[in-house]
Amino acid sequence: MIKKTLNRKIIITIFICLALAYLIVISIVGILMDSSEYGVNYADKLIGPCKEHLFGTDAMGRDMFKRCIKGLSNSLVVGLAASIFSSVVALIFGIASAVLGGFTDKVIKLAVDLCMGLPHLVLLILISCMVGKGAFGVTLSVALTHWPSLTRIVRQEVLQLRSSQYVKASARMGKSPFTIAVTHMLPHVIPAYLIGLVLLFPHAIMHEASITFLGFGLSKEVPAIGVILSESMNYITTGKWWLAVFPGIMLLIVVILFDIIGETLKKLWNPGSGNE
Amino acid sequence: MLLEANNISFRYTEKSPLILEDVSFKVSEGERIGIVGPSGYGKSTLAKILAGYEKPTSGEVKLDGAPLPMKGYCPVQMIYQHPELSVNPRWKMVKTLNECWEPDDSFLEKMGIEKAWLKRWPSELSGGELQRFCIARSLSPETKFLICDEISTMLDVITQSQIWNILLDTAKERNMGMVIITHNLALAERVCTKIVKVKEL
Repeated sequence: MIKKTLNRKIIITIFICLALAYLIVISIVGILMDSSEYGVNYADKLIGPCKEHLFGTDAMGRDMFKRCIKGLSNSLVVGLAASIFSSVVALIFGIASAVLGGFTDKVIKLAVDLCMGLPHLVLLILISCMVGKGAFGVTLSVALTHWPSLTRIVRQEVLQLRSSQYVKASARMGKSPFTIAVTHMLPHVIPAYLIGLVLLFPHAIMHEASITFLGFGLSKEVPAIGVILSESMNYITTGKWWLAVFPGIMLLIVVILFDIIGETLKKLWNPGSGNE
Repeated sequence: MLLEANNISFRYTEKSPLILEDVSFKVSEGERIGIVGPSGYGKSTLAKILAGYEKPTSGEVKLDGAPLPMKGYCPVQMIYQHPELSVNPRWKMVKTLNECWEPDDSFLEKMGIEKAWLKRWPSELSGGELQRFCIARSLSPETKFLICDEISTMLDVITQSQIWNILLDTAKERNMGMVIITHNLALAERVCTKIVKVKEL
Protein backbone atom coordinates (compact mmCIF):
# COMPACT_ATOMS: atom_id res chain seq x y z
CA MET A 1 0.00 0.00 0.00
CA ILE A 2 2.67 2.46 1.10
CA LYS A 3 4.93 1.41 -1.75
CA LYS A 4 2.17 2.02 -4.25
CA THR A 5 1.50 5.49 -2.85
CA LEU A 6 5.14 6.46 -3.15
CA ASN A 7 5.31 5.12 -6.68
CA ARG A 8 2.40 7.09 -7.98
CA LYS A 9 3.53 10.30 -6.35
CA ILE A 10 7.07 9.87 -7.64
CA ILE A 11 5.91 9.05 -11.16
CA ILE A 12 3.65 12.09 -11.26
CA THR A 13 6.38 14.35 -9.90
CA ILE A 14 8.94 13.08 -12.41
CA PHE A 15 6.45 13.52 -15.21
CA ILE A 16 5.65 17.08 -14.19
CA CYS A 17 9.38 17.90 -13.95
CA LEU A 18 9.99 16.51 -17.45
CA ALA A 19 7.09 18.47 -18.91
CA LEU A 20 8.24 21.64 -17.18
CA ALA A 21 11.83 21.10 -18.36
CA TYR A 22 10.62 20.75 -21.98
CA LEU A 23 8.64 23.99 -21.75
CA ILE A 24 11.41 25.91 -20.00
CA VAL A 25 14.05 24.75 -22.51
CA ILE A 26 11.85 25.84 -25.42
CA SER A 27 11.20 29.25 -23.97
CA ILE A 28 14.82 29.92 -22.96
CA VAL A 29 16.29 28.71 -26.26
CA GLY A 30 13.68 30.77 -28.08
CA ILE A 31 14.33 33.94 -26.11
CA LEU A 32 18.11 33.66 -26.50
CA MET A 33 17.92 32.81 -30.21
CA ASP A 34 19.40 35.44 -32.51
CA SER A 35 17.09 36.63 -35.31
CA SER A 36 19.71 35.77 -37.96
CA GLU A 37 19.25 32.06 -37.14
CA TYR A 38 15.81 32.06 -38.72
CA GLY A 39 16.57 34.83 -41.19
CA VAL A 40 15.77 34.90 -44.89
CA ASN A 41 18.02 32.82 -47.14
CA TYR A 42 16.73 32.56 -50.71
CA ALA A 43 19.38 29.97 -51.60
CA ASP A 44 17.56 27.20 -49.69
CA LYS A 45 13.90 27.91 -50.15
CA LEU A 46 11.18 25.27 -49.77
CA ILE A 47 13.48 22.40 -48.83
CA GLY A 48 11.77 19.38 -47.33
CA PRO A 49 12.77 18.07 -43.91
CA CYS A 50 16.43 16.99 -43.94
CA LYS A 51 19.46 16.85 -41.64
CA GLU A 52 20.34 20.56 -41.81
CA HIS A 53 16.74 21.74 -41.66
CA LEU A 54 14.82 19.34 -39.43
CA PHE A 55 11.44 20.84 -40.26
CA GLY A 56 12.42 22.05 -43.73
CA THR A 57 12.40 25.66 -44.93
CA ASP A 58 9.70 28.01 -46.20
CA ALA A 59 9.34 30.09 -49.37
CA MET A 60 11.88 32.63 -48.11
CA GLY A 61 14.36 29.97 -47.07
CA ARG A 62 13.83 30.43 -43.34
CA ASP A 63 14.62 27.44 -41.16
CA MET A 64 11.28 26.16 -39.89
CA PHE A 65 12.63 24.34 -36.84
CA LYS A 66 14.19 27.50 -35.46
CA ARG A 67 11.16 29.60 -36.38
CA CYS A 68 8.95 27.12 -34.60
CA ILE A 69 11.00 27.23 -31.41
CA LYS A 70 11.12 31.00 -31.50
CA GLY A 71 7.40 31.16 -32.25
CA LEU A 72 6.52 28.78 -29.45
CA SER A 73 8.60 30.72 -26.97
CA ASN A 74 6.81 33.90 -28.04
CA SER A 75 3.52 32.12 -27.53
CA LEU A 76 4.64 30.88 -24.13
CA VAL A 77 5.53 34.39 -23.00
CA VAL A 78 2.19 35.77 -24.20
CA GLY A 79 0.37 32.85 -22.60
CA LEU A 80 2.21 33.26 -19.31
CA ALA A 81 1.54 36.99 -19.12
CA ALA A 82 -2.10 36.51 -20.03
CA SER A 83 -2.79 33.67 -17.65
CA ILE A 84 -1.03 35.34 -14.72
CA PHE A 85 -2.97 38.55 -15.30
CA SER A 86 -6.27 36.68 -15.76
CA SER A 87 -5.78 34.58 -12.67
CA VAL A 88 -4.89 37.55 -10.45
CA VAL A 89 -8.03 39.35 -11.66
CA ALA A 90 -10.03 36.19 -11.06
CA LEU A 91 -8.65 35.78 -7.54
CA ILE A 92 -9.41 39.37 -6.54
CA PHE A 93 -12.88 39.42 -8.16
CA GLY A 94 -13.78 35.98 -6.85
CA ILE A 95 -12.86 36.75 -3.25
CA ALA A 96 -14.35 40.26 -3.34
CA SER A 97 -17.57 38.90 -4.80
CA ALA A 98 -17.90 36.19 -2.16
CA VAL A 99 -16.78 38.22 0.86
CA LEU A 100 -18.37 41.61 0.16
CA GLY A 101 -21.57 40.24 -1.39
CA GLY A 102 -24.49 42.54 -2.21
CA PHE A 103 -23.81 45.14 -4.86
CA THR A 104 -20.20 44.11 -5.58
CA ASP A 105 -21.33 40.53 -6.04
CA LYS A 106 -24.04 41.59 -8.50
CA VAL A 107 -21.69 43.75 -10.58
CA ILE A 108 -19.03 41.05 -10.77
CA LYS A 109 -21.56 38.36 -11.63
CA LEU A 110 -22.94 40.58 -14.37
CA ALA A 111 -19.45 41.17 -15.78
CA VAL A 112 -18.77 37.43 -15.73
CA ASP A 113 -22.01 36.65 -17.54
CA LEU A 114 -21.33 39.40 -20.06
CA CYS A 115 -17.87 38.07 -20.89
CA MET A 116 -19.03 34.47 -21.04
CA GLY A 117 -22.09 35.33 -23.11
CA LEU A 118 -20.11 36.75 -26.03
CA PRO A 119 -18.35 34.30 -28.34
CA HIS A 120 -14.81 34.18 -27.06
CA LEU A 121 -13.06 34.62 -30.40
CA VAL A 122 -15.20 37.64 -31.32
CA LEU A 123 -14.33 39.30 -28.03
CA LEU A 124 -10.64 38.56 -28.57
CA ILE A 125 -10.70 40.10 -32.06
CA LEU A 126 -12.63 43.16 -30.82
CA ILE A 127 -10.20 43.95 -28.02
CA SER A 128 -7.14 43.21 -30.14
CA CYS A 129 -8.36 45.53 -32.92
CA MET A 130 -9.32 48.23 -30.43
CA VAL A 131 -5.81 48.59 -29.01
CA GLY A 132 -4.12 48.27 -32.40
CA LYS A 133 -3.26 44.57 -32.86
CA GLY A 134 0.38 43.56 -32.44
CA ALA A 135 1.91 41.74 -29.49
CA PHE A 136 0.35 44.17 -27.03
CA GLY A 137 -3.13 43.76 -28.50
CA VAL A 138 -2.89 39.98 -28.42
CA THR A 139 -1.60 39.82 -24.86
CA LEU A 140 -4.18 42.28 -23.62
CA SER A 141 -7.11 40.61 -25.35
CA VAL A 142 -6.10 37.15 -24.20
CA ALA A 143 -5.53 38.45 -20.65
CA LEU A 144 -8.84 40.31 -20.50
CA THR A 145 -11.02 37.45 -21.64
CA HIS A 146 -9.86 34.49 -19.58
CA TRP A 147 -10.78 35.54 -16.06
CA PRO A 148 -14.56 34.84 -15.90
CA SER A 149 -14.55 31.07 -15.49
CA LEU A 150 -11.80 31.17 -12.85
CA THR A 151 -13.61 33.99 -11.03
CA ARG A 152 -16.65 31.76 -10.77
CA ILE A 153 -14.61 28.90 -9.36
CA VAL A 154 -12.91 31.08 -6.73
CA ARG A 155 -16.17 32.78 -5.75
CA GLN A 156 -17.97 29.47 -5.38
CA GLU A 157 -15.14 28.02 -3.32
CA VAL A 158 -14.98 30.96 -0.90
CA LEU A 159 -18.77 31.14 -0.52
CA GLN A 160 -18.94 27.48 0.34
CA LEU A 161 -16.09 27.79 2.83
CA ARG A 162 -17.60 30.77 4.61
CA SER A 163 -20.73 28.85 5.49
CA SER A 164 -18.97 25.62 6.42
CA GLN A 165 -19.17 24.35 9.97
CA TYR A 166 -15.44 24.13 10.51
CA VAL A 167 -14.92 27.78 9.56
CA LYS A 168 -17.73 28.86 11.88
CA ALA A 169 -16.42 26.63 14.65
CA SER A 170 -12.95 28.07 14.16
CA ALA A 171 -14.36 31.56 14.68
CA ARG A 172 -16.00 30.43 17.92
CA MET A 173 -12.66 29.01 19.00
CA GLY A 174 -11.30 32.51 18.95
CA LYS A 175 -9.53 32.59 15.59
CA SER A 176 -9.42 35.97 13.85
CA PRO A 177 -10.87 36.40 10.33
CA PHE A 178 -7.32 36.79 8.99
CA THR A 179 -6.12 33.55 10.61
CA ILE A 180 -9.17 31.76 9.27
CA ALA A 181 -8.57 33.13 5.78
CA VAL A 182 -4.95 31.97 5.81
CA THR A 183 -5.30 28.63 7.57
CA HIS A 184 -8.73 27.45 6.46
CA MET A 185 -9.50 29.19 3.18
CA LEU A 186 -6.14 29.40 1.39
CA PRO A 187 -5.50 25.63 1.44
CA HIS A 188 -8.81 25.23 -0.42
CA VAL A 189 -8.57 28.13 -2.81
CA ILE A 190 -4.88 27.87 -3.76
CA PRO A 191 -4.98 24.42 -5.39
CA ALA A 192 -8.10 25.29 -7.38
CA TYR A 193 -6.48 28.59 -8.29
CA LEU A 194 -3.13 27.13 -9.37
CA ILE A 195 -4.79 24.38 -11.37
CA GLY A 196 -6.98 27.02 -12.98
CA LEU A 197 -3.87 29.01 -13.81
CA VAL A 198 -2.11 26.05 -15.41
CA LEU A 199 -5.23 25.08 -17.35
CA LEU A 200 -5.65 28.67 -18.56
CA PHE A 201 -2.25 28.47 -20.17
CA PRO A 202 -3.12 26.16 -23.10
CA HIS A 203 -6.28 28.20 -23.68
CA ALA A 204 -4.29 31.41 -23.82
CA ILE A 205 -1.74 29.91 -26.21
CA MET A 206 -4.41 28.45 -28.47
CA HIS A 207 -6.29 31.74 -28.60
CA GLU A 208 -3.12 33.67 -29.24
CA ALA A 209 -2.33 31.32 -32.13
CA SER A 210 -5.88 31.45 -33.50
CA ILE A 211 -6.29 35.23 -33.59
CA THR A 212 -2.83 35.54 -35.08
CA PHE A 213 -3.82 32.91 -37.65
CA LEU A 214 -6.90 34.97 -38.50
CA GLY A 215 -4.71 38.03 -38.96
CA PHE A 216 -5.82 40.08 -35.98
CA GLY A 217 -2.80 39.39 -33.83
CA LEU A 218 0.96 39.47 -34.14
CA SER A 219 2.42 41.06 -37.26
CA LYS A 220 3.79 38.99 -40.18
CA GLU A 221 7.50 39.37 -39.36
CA VAL A 222 7.22 38.06 -35.83
CA PRO A 223 7.73 34.31 -35.75
CA ALA A 224 4.61 32.98 -34.05
CA ILE A 225 2.87 29.68 -34.44
CA GLY A 226 -0.27 31.42 -35.66
CA VAL A 227 1.65 33.36 -38.33
CA ILE A 228 3.55 30.26 -39.40
CA LEU A 229 0.37 28.22 -39.73
CA SER A 230 -1.49 30.90 -41.63
CA GLU A 231 1.42 31.33 -44.09
CA SER A 232 1.66 27.59 -44.58
CA MET A 233 -1.93 27.54 -45.84
CA ASN A 234 -0.71 29.20 -49.07
CA TYR A 235 1.66 26.31 -49.77
CA ILE A 236 -0.21 23.31 -48.45
CA THR A 237 -2.06 22.77 -51.74
CA THR A 238 1.27 22.56 -53.56
CA GLY A 239 2.40 19.68 -51.38
CA LYS A 240 4.63 21.54 -48.92
CA TRP A 241 3.17 19.58 -46.01
CA TRP A 242 6.05 20.16 -43.60
CA LEU A 243 5.22 23.85 -43.28
CA ALA A 244 1.96 23.06 -41.49
CA VAL A 245 2.47 19.64 -39.91
CA PHE A 246 5.52 20.24 -37.72
CA PRO A 247 4.53 23.61 -36.24
CA GLY A 248 1.04 22.20 -35.66
CA ILE A 249 2.42 19.19 -33.81
CA MET A 250 4.74 21.39 -31.70
CA LEU A 251 1.78 23.56 -30.66
CA LEU A 252 -0.27 20.49 -29.88
CA ILE A 253 2.48 19.01 -27.68
CA VAL A 254 2.83 22.20 -25.64
CA VAL A 255 -0.92 22.51 -25.13
CA ILE A 256 -1.31 18.86 -24.17
CA LEU A 257 1.63 19.06 -21.74
CA PHE A 258 0.07 21.97 -19.87
CA ASP A 259 -3.25 20.20 -19.79
CA ILE A 260 -1.69 17.05 -18.36
CA ILE A 261 0.29 19.02 -15.76
CA GLY A 262 -2.93 20.72 -14.64
CA GLU A 263 -4.93 17.51 -14.47
CA THR A 264 -2.26 15.59 -12.56
CA LEU A 265 -1.83 18.42 -10.06
CA LYS A 266 -5.58 18.29 -9.55
CA LYS A 267 -5.36 14.60 -8.65
CA LEU A 268 -2.29 15.08 -6.46
CA TRP A 269 -3.71 17.95 -4.40
CA ASN A 270 -7.18 16.55 -3.93
CA PRO A 271 -7.34 14.83 -0.54
CA GLY A 272 -9.80 12.33 -2.00
CA SER A 273 -7.16 10.93 -4.36
CA GLY A 274 -3.92 12.43 -3.01
CA ASN A 275 -2.97 9.41 -0.92
CA GLU A 276 -3.99 6.79 -3.49
CA MET B 1 -20.90 29.83 36.16
CA LEU B 2 -24.35 30.20 34.70
CA LEU B 3 -25.50 30.11 31.10
CA GLU B 4 -28.93 31.61 30.60
CA ALA B 5 -31.21 32.17 27.66
CA ASN B 6 -33.69 34.98 28.27
CA ASN B 7 -36.88 35.19 26.22
CA ILE B 8 -35.26 34.08 22.99
CA SER B 9 -37.16 34.28 19.72
CA PHE B 10 -35.69 33.41 16.36
CA ARG B 11 -36.63 33.58 12.70
CA TYR B 12 -34.30 33.28 9.71
CA THR B 13 -35.70 36.18 7.68
CA GLU B 14 -38.22 38.84 8.52
CA LYS B 15 -40.99 37.10 6.62
CA SER B 16 -40.38 33.54 7.76
CA PRO B 17 -42.32 32.13 10.70
CA LEU B 18 -40.84 32.14 14.18
CA ILE B 19 -38.85 29.02 14.88
CA LEU B 20 -38.37 29.77 18.53
CA GLU B 21 -40.72 31.92 20.53
CA ASP B 22 -39.94 33.34 23.94
CA VAL B 23 -37.69 30.52 25.09
CA SER B 24 -35.98 30.86 28.47
CA PHE B 25 -33.91 28.45 30.46
CA LYS B 26 -30.78 28.17 32.58
CA VAL B 27 -27.85 25.81 32.84
CA SER B 28 -25.48 26.09 35.75
CA GLU B 29 -22.10 24.39 35.99
CA GLY B 30 -22.23 20.69 36.70
CA GLU B 31 -25.75 20.50 35.36
CA ARG B 32 -26.67 18.39 32.32
CA ILE B 33 -29.87 19.46 30.68
CA GLY B 34 -31.42 17.26 28.02
CA ILE B 35 -33.60 18.82 25.35
CA VAL B 36 -35.79 16.16 23.83
CA GLY B 37 -38.32 16.46 21.06
CA PRO B 38 -39.26 15.63 17.49
CA SER B 39 -37.62 17.10 14.38
CA GLY B 40 -38.39 20.62 13.25
CA TYR B 41 -39.00 22.11 16.67
CA GLY B 42 -35.91 24.33 16.59
CA LYS B 43 -33.67 22.25 18.86
CA SER B 44 -30.60 22.71 16.69
CA THR B 45 -31.37 26.38 16.18
CA LEU B 46 -31.48 26.79 19.94
CA ALA B 47 -28.12 25.02 20.19
CA LYS B 48 -26.59 27.39 17.62
CA ILE B 49 -27.94 30.41 19.47
CA LEU B 50 -26.63 29.17 22.81
CA ALA B 51 -23.15 28.67 21.37
CA GLY B 52 -23.20 32.05 19.61
CA TYR B 53 -23.38 30.77 16.01
CA GLU B 54 -26.66 32.58 15.38
CA LYS B 55 -27.97 35.80 16.85
CA PRO B 56 -31.48 35.57 18.30
CA THR B 57 -34.10 37.86 16.72
CA SER B 58 -35.04 39.01 20.20
CA GLY B 59 -33.90 38.09 23.69
CA GLU B 60 -30.34 37.35 24.72
CA VAL B 61 -27.92 34.68 25.82
CA LYS B 62 -25.92 35.53 28.92
CA LEU B 63 -22.93 33.92 30.51
CA ASP B 64 -22.60 34.92 34.14
CA GLY B 65 -24.76 37.96 33.46
CA ALA B 66 -22.64 39.22 30.56
CA PRO B 67 -23.37 38.69 26.85
CA LEU B 68 -21.50 35.82 25.14
CA PRO B 69 -18.03 36.93 24.03
CA MET B 70 -17.95 37.26 20.23
CA LYS B 71 -14.17 37.55 20.06
CA GLY B 72 -11.61 35.19 21.50
CA TYR B 73 -12.26 31.66 22.70
CA CYS B 74 -15.91 31.16 23.53
CA PRO B 75 -16.39 29.21 26.79
CA VAL B 76 -19.56 27.76 25.31
CA GLN B 77 -18.58 25.22 22.66
CA MET B 78 -20.78 23.16 20.44
CA ILE B 79 -20.36 19.67 18.99
CA TYR B 80 -22.21 19.05 15.77
CA GLN B 81 -24.29 16.21 14.50
CA HIS B 82 -22.10 15.65 11.42
CA PRO B 83 -18.41 15.37 12.31
CA GLU B 84 -17.43 14.99 8.66
CA LEU B 85 -18.71 18.53 8.00
CA SER B 86 -17.06 20.12 11.01
CA VAL B 87 -13.46 19.26 10.18
CA ASN B 88 -11.50 20.85 7.37
CA PRO B 89 -11.11 18.15 4.69
CA ARG B 90 -7.72 19.57 3.68
CA TRP B 91 -6.22 19.41 7.15
CA LYS B 92 -4.55 16.35 8.54
CA MET B 93 -6.26 15.28 11.76
CA VAL B 94 -3.42 16.42 14.01
CA LYS B 95 -3.96 20.02 12.94
CA THR B 96 -7.70 19.83 13.53
CA LEU B 97 -7.16 18.28 16.95
CA ASN B 98 -4.74 20.98 18.05
CA GLU B 99 -6.68 23.90 16.65
CA CYS B 100 -7.32 25.49 20.04
CA TRP B 101 -5.47 23.38 22.59
CA GLU B 102 -3.05 20.48 22.66
CA PRO B 103 -4.45 17.41 24.34
CA ASP B 104 -1.78 15.20 25.93
CA ASP B 105 -1.28 11.51 25.19
CA SER B 106 -3.26 10.23 28.17
CA PHE B 107 -6.24 12.34 27.14
CA LEU B 108 -6.07 10.96 23.60
CA GLU B 109 -5.93 7.45 24.97
CA LYS B 110 -8.95 8.12 27.12
CA MET B 111 -10.79 9.48 24.06
CA GLY B 112 -9.87 6.33 22.13
CA ILE B 113 -7.94 8.26 19.49
CA GLU B 114 -5.12 6.23 17.99
CA LYS B 115 -1.79 7.89 17.17
CA ALA B 116 -1.87 6.57 13.62
CA TRP B 117 -5.09 8.49 12.91
CA LEU B 118 -3.35 11.81 13.49
CA LYS B 119 -1.49 11.61 10.19
CA ARG B 120 -4.58 10.89 8.12
CA TRP B 121 -6.99 13.07 6.25
CA PRO B 122 -10.62 13.22 7.42
CA SER B 123 -11.78 11.28 4.37
CA GLU B 124 -9.77 8.32 5.62
CA LEU B 125 -11.55 8.06 8.97
CA SER B 126 -15.04 6.89 9.90
CA GLY B 127 -17.76 9.08 11.38
CA GLY B 128 -17.25 7.70 14.87
CA GLU B 129 -13.51 8.28 14.70
CA LEU B 130 -14.01 11.83 13.45
CA GLN B 131 -16.56 12.57 16.17
CA ARG B 132 -13.95 11.65 18.80
CA PHE B 133 -11.67 14.27 17.28
CA CYS B 134 -14.44 16.88 17.31
CA ILE B 135 -15.18 16.16 20.94
CA ALA B 136 -11.51 16.20 21.95
CA ARG B 137 -11.07 19.48 20.06
CA SER B 138 -13.84 21.23 21.96
CA LEU B 139 -12.86 19.90 25.40
CA SER B 140 -10.23 22.57 25.93
CA PRO B 141 -9.71 23.55 29.60
CA GLU B 142 -11.31 26.90 28.79
CA THR B 143 -14.61 25.25 27.83
CA LYS B 144 -17.17 25.76 30.59
CA PHE B 145 -20.32 24.72 28.77
CA LEU B 146 -20.73 22.12 26.07
CA ILE B 147 -23.68 22.03 23.69
CA CYS B 148 -24.11 18.57 22.16
CA ASP B 149 -26.39 18.60 19.14
CA GLU B 150 -27.32 14.98 18.36
CA ILE B 151 -23.68 14.03 18.65
CA SER B 152 -24.20 10.27 18.84
CA THR B 153 -27.12 9.74 16.48
CA MET B 154 -25.05 8.26 13.66
CA LEU B 155 -22.84 6.07 15.83
CA ASP B 156 -23.31 2.42 16.66
CA VAL B 157 -24.42 1.51 20.17
CA ILE B 158 -20.96 0.56 21.45
CA THR B 159 -19.30 3.73 20.21
CA GLN B 160 -22.20 5.76 21.58
CA SER B 161 -21.73 4.41 25.07
CA GLN B 162 -17.94 4.83 24.87
CA ILE B 163 -18.26 8.45 23.80
CA TRP B 164 -20.86 9.26 26.42
CA ASN B 165 -18.77 7.68 29.15
CA ILE B 166 -15.80 9.83 28.19
CA LEU B 167 -17.92 12.96 27.98
CA LEU B 168 -19.65 12.39 31.29
CA ASP B 169 -16.36 11.63 33.05
CA THR B 170 -14.77 14.79 31.73
CA ALA B 171 -17.83 16.89 32.49
CA LYS B 172 -17.93 15.64 36.08
CA GLU B 173 -14.19 16.07 36.51
CA ARG B 174 -14.24 19.68 35.33
CA ASN B 175 -17.72 20.50 36.60
CA MET B 176 -18.84 21.55 33.12
CA GLY B 177 -22.40 22.41 32.25
CA MET B 178 -23.91 20.55 29.32
CA VAL B 179 -26.90 20.93 27.07
CA ILE B 180 -27.72 17.65 25.38
CA ILE B 181 -30.01 17.70 22.38
CA THR B 182 -31.39 14.37 21.26
CA HIS B 183 -34.35 12.43 19.91
CA ASN B 184 -33.51 9.58 22.17
CA LEU B 185 -35.41 9.85 25.43
CA ALA B 186 -33.72 6.76 26.89
CA LEU B 187 -30.29 8.29 26.29
CA ALA B 188 -31.37 11.60 27.80
CA GLU B 189 -32.67 9.82 30.88
CA ARG B 190 -29.35 8.06 31.31
CA VAL B 191 -27.02 11.04 30.95
CA CYS B 192 -28.95 14.17 31.97
CA THR B 193 -29.69 15.63 35.38
CA LYS B 194 -32.80 17.30 34.04
CA ILE B 195 -34.91 16.82 30.93
CA VAL B 196 -36.83 19.49 29.07
CA LYS B 197 -39.31 18.60 26.32
CA VAL B 198 -39.25 21.11 23.45
CA LYS B 199 -43.00 21.48 23.52
CA GLU B 200 -42.74 22.89 27.02
CA LEU B 201 -40.26 25.58 26.00
